[in-house]
Amino acid sequence: MNNSLPNLDLASLPGADTITRVTLDNGITVLTRENANSPAVVINGYLMAGAINVDQAQAGLAEFTASMLMRGTQTRDFAAIFEELESVGAGFGVGANTHTVGFSGKALAEDLGMLLELGSDVLRNPAFPADHIERLRGETMAGLARRAHDTRSMADMRFDELLFGADHPYGIASGGSAETVQAITRDDLVAYHQKFYGPRDMAIVIVGAVTPQDAIALVEKHFGDWQNPNQPETATCPPIAKLESKATDHIVMDGKTQSDIVLGFLGPERNHPQYRAVTLTNTIFGRFGMMGRLGEVIRNKQGLAYYSYSSASGGFGPGAWNIYAGVNPENVQLAIDSMLSEATRLITELVSEEEIADSKSYLIGGMPLSLERNEGVASRLMTIQLFGHDLDYLRRVPGEIAALTREDLMQAAQQFIDPEVYALAVAGPGNN
Amino acid sequence: MTTLSDITKVQLENGLTVLLKEVKTAPIVSFWMWYRVGSRNEPTGKTGVSHWVEHMQFKGTEAFPGDAVEKMVSRTGGNWNAMTSFDWTTYYETLPADQVRLALEIEADRMVNSLYEPEEVESERTVIISERQGSENEPMFLLDEEVTAAAFRVHPYHHEVLGDQIDIETMSRDDLYGHYKTFYAPNNAIAVLAGDFDTEDVLAQIKEIYGDIPPSELPRPFVRPEPPQRGERRVMLEGDGESSYMVASYHGPAANDPDYFPMLVLTSALSGARMMGGSSSNRTSRLYKALVLEELAAFMSGSFFATIDPYLYSVSVMARPGVTLGEIETALDAEIARLADEPLTEKEFEKVRKQAKAAFAFSAESVSNLGFWYGYSEILDDYTWFTDYISKLEQVTIEDVQRVAKKYLVNSNRTVGHYVPKSQLVPA
Repeated sequence: MNNSLPNLDLASLPGADTITRVTLDNGITVLTRENANSPAVVINGYLMAGAINVDQAQAGLAEFTASMLMRGTQTRDFAAIFEELESVGAGFGVGANTHTVGFSGKALAEDLGMLLELGSDVLRNPAFPADHIERLRGETMAGLARRAHDTRSMADMRFDELLFGADHPYGIASGGSAETVQAITRDDLVAYHQKFYGPRDMAIVIVGAVTPQDAIALVEKHFGDWQNPNQPETATCPPIAKLESKATDHIVMDGKTQSDIVLGFLGPERNHPQYRAVTLTNTIFGRFGMMGRLGEVIRNKQGLAYYSYSSASGGFGPGAWNIYAGVNPENVQLAIDSMLSEATRLITELVSEEEIADSKSYLIGGMPLSLERNEGVASRLMTIQLFGHDLDYLRRVPGEIAALTREDLMQAAQQFIDPEVYALAVAGPGNN
Repeated sequence: MTTLSDITKVQLENGLTVLLKEVKTAPIVSFWMWYRVGSRNEPTGKTGVSHWVEHMQFKGTEAFPGDAVEKMVSRTGGNWNAMTSFDWTTYYETLPADQVRLALEIEADRMVNSLYEPEEVESERTVIISERQGSENEPMFLLDEEVTAAAFRVHPYHHEVLGDQIDIETMSRDDLYGHYKTFYAPNNAIAVLAGDFDTEDVLAQIKEIYGDIPPSELPRPFVRPEPPQRGERRVMLEGDGESSYMVASYHGPAANDPDYFPMLVLTSALSGARMMGGSSSNRTSRLYKALVLEELAAFMSGSFFATIDPYLYSVSVMARPGVTLGEIETALDAEIARLADEPLTEKEFEKVRKQAKAAFAFSAESVSNLGFWYGYSEILDDYTWFTDYISKLEQVTIEDVQRVAKKYLVNSNRTVGHYVPKSQLVPA
């Protein structure tokens, strides 16, 4: 066995000498990295208008607002927006997350100016045409009806409610419910946009066949004069009431052939000192190879599932550290037992030397692959900006991973995993 | 910038076709091993065997037992996986460039040495049944399966790549091993490497590692051409949920048919272009306007795959609540009929061309994408099918498109499927 870590050329990773970051007078930060290898360009960005700003009674408002932006502006109707994009093979989209509204686009480099001009127009000047509000409402209602019969979505939603609390922004179903979506009015959309969409704390990332000077000049041209004096301070994550005992639910969905299981714990936020240790522990737990120890036990040894893996996802606030599996309804309890016994192993036994070496190699060696495409670089630059890192952050990651010990991982697991206290949601056919 | 056509193609004495494409933009290589076998080659009783064999190819050899390879690949930070389709099965490793030999050795070893241990076969049987059950939770999977089965009465495209449940339950270890031994051989394979390497050096390694693997005697191709359809076919499904779905599938031309590219232009204008790596939406397409903007459908997509034998152009629709599938069909028929009076405009043509150009630029960003497209086109015909894609699109005329519209988009050539929730059925 070869325990040496991959031979990674740190200078090949994006860093302070290849990333340009400037902040415009109105608060928009631009990050850009040139890549002349293909004639394409990617933009990514966010502004602080996510669903955290809405209460449960208006769940879905942030998503609805974001989805309406591409439906018409003061000077372009729906057909004009999409004709402009599709006629050159470009794409642009906007969607709401919990904290942010994200946008992304892709085009040939010659069309970057068009993409930014159009992006600026839809973000700043949406018209919220009444006919499209009803059209989108109809599409959203159909999507919600479909979601109600999707075992995976239902298990995910119920899990978030159980873990974070039904009235916490992290526990509220993104997209809202039939009742809340039905109640959204045009005035709500206009008011939400006017209040929360603005340049403060906004970021735009541009990666591809364009020089930093040209990229920044284009952003300045199309976004530099945007102001919103009413934009409130950026919202932070409200406190989360920790579970004191296990919280479980089985959503009965007859007519289905498979049950989806989500079981998990409250994990760290992105800037938590143990975040990196949790990421490495999770790699061993449910990612490495055919999905780590979980895949090995639940899929390979027991043959219970087509998929089983875990994920640890921290952002501005704590994320869930959860385990997923899709199994035959008869095997639900067996799979849950295996999940819990594997979780227990993480807090009672050190991982093996081989496991930690393997997973370190995997995370470090995988960095060049994840940075091959413009999208991959853009998404890493977004992370740098979202969580306040310096431009050499990516070059430090391999060293931080390499320095972690087996004891660090057990401590991190003990900090966040308690096999007696967890949230568990199952969606599928009823118990016999 | 990467030019797509500068590629080395050689055939070893044992029949292995090798395609090598140097791309020096990142320290990465992507190696793909393609086999000319898929659900198209499966007789009744062994449906799903190609897909199951693909799973078994990850279960180890004498040299690399169990998950040894899985760990070796993951340790490099690389990834590997496999896919099975109608016409092909393919395996790939995308790795740091200095690990290229590992990929070459993995695929050479499992081309001949996989073990197919009986207990692994049994364990994988339940995994595949679970994969199928997961798919069955999706109304669109159920509907697609029924529509495709009705559209192909004779041709083996009629069954799902996953296979029929009964065949997954009853196939034996020997069925799987026999399929493997029959089709996994250098003379039935295409090796593609794209990325940061030296062609001369890698070609020497490939000859060394693969040169001694003997060719196999391939069976007579199992091909049962689909007879012409003599009238519209209809399939009705009932199931759970509250949403209604419709699929309309028209028999279309094969990838090598002169009609393929005119049909590609036509279907792109109708339901949006879905080209390699493309990122365009379909909201200016004729059917999006007629179905979604007219508030009949919540969702519409089209698919038209490139296949060895003629396959299907399918339009899939999810109805909005309160809209019947009959209303959606009427709107679809009206759009098809409109093609006769209102041919594609120069603007619609230009859009398809520019979308293809952009999709190509995007695909060249990733060596994995290149490995996929070179291999896929070699399966269909020759890698030039991919590199000549744009020039073939540019040769298509408005008359070509009108001709293929009249030939393929007729009711007698289609199968229509409805999925209606049980909760909305009126009791008799």
